[in-house]
Amino acid sequence: MAEFVRVDSSTSSHTMDKSITLPPDEIFRNLENAKRFAIDIGGSLTKLAYYSTVQHKVAKVRSFDHTSKEATNDNLYEISVQEEVTARLHFIKFENAYIETCLDFIKDHLVNTDTKVIKATGGGAHKFKELIERKLGLKVDKEDEMTCLIKGCNFVLRNIPHEAFVFAKHTESEYRFQTTQPDIFPYLLVNIGSGVSIVKVESEDKFERIGGSSIGGGTFWGLGALLTKTKRFDELLQLASKGQHTSVDMLVKDIYGGSYGSLGLTGDLIASSFGKSATADKEFSKEDMAKSLLHMISNDIGQLACLYAKMHNLSRVYFGGFFIRGHPVTMHTITYSINFFTKGEVQALFLRHEGYLGAIGAFLKGAEEDNPNQYSWGENYAGSSGLMSVSPDMNPMQRARSGTFPFDMLEMDRLERKLVNLPLLQDASSYIPDTVDLIEDAPAREYWLFCFEEALDGVVKRAVASQPDMPEAAERAEKFRQKYRHKLQTLRHQPFAYGSLTVRSLLDTREHCLNEFNFPDPYCKIKQQENDMALKYYQKAVKALDGLSWEQRQFALVRGVLAGNVFDWGAKAVSDVLESDPEFGFEQAKRQLEERPWLVDSYDQWFERLKGPPHKCALFFVDNSGVDIILGVMPFVRELLSRGTEVVLASNSSPALNDVTNGELQILTESIAAMDPVIQSSLEEDRLILVQSGSSSPCLDLSRLDKVLAMVVRERNIDLVIIEGMGRAIHTNYYAMLSCESLKMAVIKNSWLADRLGGKLFSVVFKYEVPITDHLSAALTP
Amino acid sequence: MASNGHQRDDESIDEDETPTKQPRSDREMPGCFRNEPDNEAASPAGRATSQRQTSNSTARLRSDSVKKTRPPFPWFGMDIGGTLVKLVYFEPKDITAEEEQEEVENLKSIRRYLTSNIAYGKTGIRDVHLELQDLTLCGRKGNLHFIRFPTHDLPAFLQMARSKHFSSLHTTLCATGGGAYKFEADFRTMADLQLHKLDELDCLIRGVLYIDSVVSSGPSECYYFENPTDPERCIQKPYTLENPYPLLLVNIGSGVSILAVYSETNYKRVTGTSLGGGTFLGLCCLLTGCSSFEEALEMASEGESTKVDKLVRDIYGGDYESFGNMVSKEKRETVSKEDLARATLVSITNNIGSITRMCALNENIERVVFVGNFLRVNTLSMKLLAYAMDYWSKGQLKALFLQHEGYFGAVGALLELLHPS
Repeated sequence: MAEFVRVDSSTSSHTMDKSITLPPDEIFRNLENAKRFAIDIGGSLTKLAYYSTVQHKVAKVRSFDHTSKEATNDNLYEISVQEEVTARLHFIKFENAYIETCLDFIKDHLVNTDTKVIKATGGGAHKFKELIERKLGLKVDKEDEMTCLIKGCNFVLRNIPHEAFVFAKHTESEYRFQTTQPDIFPYLLVNIGSGVSIVKVESEDKFERIGGSSIGGGTFWGLGALLTKTKRFDELLQLASKGQHTSVDMLVKDIYGGSYGSLGLTGDLIASSFGKSATADKEFSKEDMAKSLLHMISNDIGQLACLYAKMHNLSRVYFGGFFIRGHPVTMHTITYSINFFTKGEVQALFLRHEGYLGAIGAFLKGAEEDNPNQYSWGENYAGSSGLMSVSPDMNPMQRARSGTFPFDMLEMDRLERKLVNLPLLQDASSYIPDTVDLIEDAPAREYWLFCFEEALDGVVKRAVASQPDMPEAAERAEKFRQKYRHKLQTLRHQPFAYGSLTVRSLLDTREHCLNEFNFPDPYCKIKQQENDMALKYYQKAVKALDGLSWEQRQFALVRGVLAGNVFDWGAKAVSDVLESDPEFGFEQAKRQLEERPWLVDSYDQWFERLKGPPHKCALFFVDNSGVDIILGVMPFVRELLSRGTEVVLASNSSPALNDVTNGELQILTESIAAMDPVIQSSLEEDRLILVQSGSSSPCLDLSRLDKVLAMVVRERNIDLVIIEGMGRAIHTNYYAMLSCESLKMAVIKNSWLADRLGGKLFSVVFKYEVPITDHLSAALTP
Repeated sequence: MASNGHQRDDESIDEDETPTKQPRSDREMPGCFRNEPDNEAASPAGRATSQRQTSNSTARLRSDSVKKTRPPFPWFGMDIGGTLVKLVYFEPKDITAEEEQEEVENLKSIRRYLTSNIAYGKTGIRDVHLELQDLTLCGRKGNLHFIRFPTHDLPAFLQMARSKHFSSLHTTLCATGGGAYKFEADFRTMADLQLHKLDELDCLIRGVLYIDSVVSSGPSECYYFENPTDPERCIQKPYTLENPYPLLLVNIGSGVSILAVYSETNYKRVTGTSLGGGTFLGLCCLLTGCSSFEEALEMASEGESTKVDKLVRDIYGGDYESFGNMVSKEKRETVSKEDLARATLVSITNNIGSITRMCALNENIERVVFVGNFLRVNTLSMKLLAYAMDYWSKGQLKALFLQHEGYFGAVGALLELLHPS
């Protein structure tokens, strides 16, 4: 069972305080477009799911017809803000006590009348069936609980990076998030509701309940209530977290006086749960009994899970159900048990959105005709509450009494494109995009949270400036500021809220928040200006390069890419300089660059490689617009093309900071082609192609790339991957291992990071890598 | 049982021995003969198989040396567990007049005390129904007595040992169980006794195999339940534990140990659980205020667990949620102590059954022997275990039980005294 159902009449006594009003901006958003409702009602919590279409603004670029407008407009392209409709999934979790108020609210705000049915699951669905049908006028269509649970589990594992985590109490980072596996199957799901269900999941549609136990959350609750006279589950956990089980349990040392050496059983192991209460004539404290009970049940479930995992040869075991539901106390005891019984061979995995699985599954059942699984979905950080630490001290009812309506949300956006792994990853299952995990690295976390907070004013200013024609832009920008600041504060206290905390996730969260308040592209104007300006120098730059000897030119091209990369509004040190000194030019940037030997310098190896045969095809992940792409990257690309190497330019699908988008790059390339026969002919011959990456982040996750790009990579036999810029080559992918040659180039434009890496501001990272496995496997093959 | 026993030649038998108690299988009788020098001798008669001849002929030649290596009386084996102390005592019945005269008063007094009572102090009990009479051990004929008392009364036992000048007998006290380690110093200081400490699992297995091999009359040592899934037709039946290996041995004491046994000396502890007899009694004491295992069992036999447990009526049905109904305040208020005791017993027993079944599958073993004092006078649990093994394995797994359920560790300890391995 997903959630324990109390058939207890006292449940309904928790009627909600009618004075609490729902915050309509925050909860049940987009109800006017909502369709396909699903509901999962457990013993204490209701989870509501629906699908909506979100209208939001997107910045589009369009070429001017230069033959007619050249005289009147200097700009290469125009920017227009258009409305775009995207699909979003909403999941809201609240206490059952609020169900009536919530249904009223939905009824009042629901515009769409097409909806006839609401999918329902969970033990409470039956109890509330009549209420739902009466309030919403929708027919309740019950779906099997286990099917929903598994469907939901598959969905989050597939679509939410860092969904699963291991829990390690007493360590610097209690939550250790797992990277998404290319294949999520097979796995074991241990659902600890009132009883325990152990389900083996082999594929999307194939699962089997292979076992279970009657000793589960209901035993903890029921037996706990009998022993301690404490009625609430949360209070029992709270008691347990304060207790000493050793006064109630009979330990190995109570029998042996010490350890049982020959079996390797240490003295502190529990030999007999509650064993002391059978022999000692004394009173036991509620706390101690609750703790003993918690250990007894957790150990038992852990042992059974291990036996089933062993029998079915499964190494991934996920735990869910109300017994777990984010409670650090139970996650710890279950983890302990699994570690003990498998000697570390199996890890206990937990899920960030465990509470939503049933609702997600029920929703998916109802949306089968739309086939949601053919798309990729992404967690919207702006619209999701994130994982909260459920402290046993914090009673949900107490929170409610304090006057705020307690709810939790998850929003997922349907992505335009299906995202897949870069086929060139050496080992997709061990690939971790991010270089530093800010959950583990406390000083780095402090710094970056501070850094993003500091940069907020500038971002707000930039956002307002990007929409000069819209008078309410300032107000929206202010809302953005509040939202993002709140996210930063949340992350300060719960760094684990959205999975691994990284510079990438901080940047992405900012992009999500900007989009939320309709600032789709705050840098559009700046990018436009810079692109226009840089284009003017293109021919001059190329000519200068052509004048150099081959040897000199190779070095100049690399320096060009690096100097171009200094132009970056995303980095604080640079945006300061750029804003204060608009004359800061390309040549000046070159002078700022660190002299060789660079901080990371494998230029000599790269140069040697260039003397060899040309690469077949290079995949170039580009970074910023303006000088970077036009004066740095394009001449470099031009040289590759001249050598006979095909080039695939991969750029962002949607805007992020001043990164060049695929739309912009199309226009820029066309105008460069008009000036440069090398580019022109390469485009015509299909030797230079532009592909979108599927990303809209200043960083790069090589495990979530546009399916089309992956296809191109396969077709073209890519043998060189170039990754440029701090976001893509340092914050992410610095340690990425590829199965072909790779070049990572970046200038460190942040003094704290430079310090960390042992360099200084504008230090250069030039990392040329050749996979050793090629040679190894050749040598090892008989 | 007769079919398993065999008669030895009279002349091959030590004069102390009578043929009433014989090894009932064709295995060599474990015990004091095993590691004697292997002298070849002519076979006296051809009635037995060649293996038997060997064992019999060796036995005859060995009897002299047996007398020499035989430890002095009294012969005790002790298993000091978390909850109970189990004591086995061999009472020689073949004492000659000469011996009688030589026998010191202390020894006599101990023998009389133990054999003329069935209860000792407030808590010591002799399980008379388990007594093995006319048993031959190490060439001596006598009765094996089975005695138990709570571990927390060990000080009283030591006091008695001291007052009866036990230490003057210069006997080795072979003891196993955790208490042998925990209370070693107490034995020394309080009763001037030196313990010979033994591993509890070694003793357990040795004890099981020995008792199974020597019991040939009276109720069968090993038994099972026929038709375990049908309460109407579920009856206890004797079982012959021939070729016992591999077997899964589940010892349910305060806690539970599960062993995979491949031979007398080759075994491994597969796993264990802390939800055992101690948990049943501990929870029952807390929930019902009872104070003894017997009382708890008595209540459990009168209770109804479904009032406490919650039945899940979903498609995976048939599952209980132990104590699930106790989340409800009203149900908590109306539930009886008997129901609570029953629910505790049922959930702990089923849990042991479930873990056992998984281990049997993982270890690929089809025979499961349940022992330990949790099963004492606990037919309810035995039937539940039998049911669980049969039901979940679709008849593949057989749950076996032994009459001397909790005493095997102590027997193993006694065997170690008579025959150091």
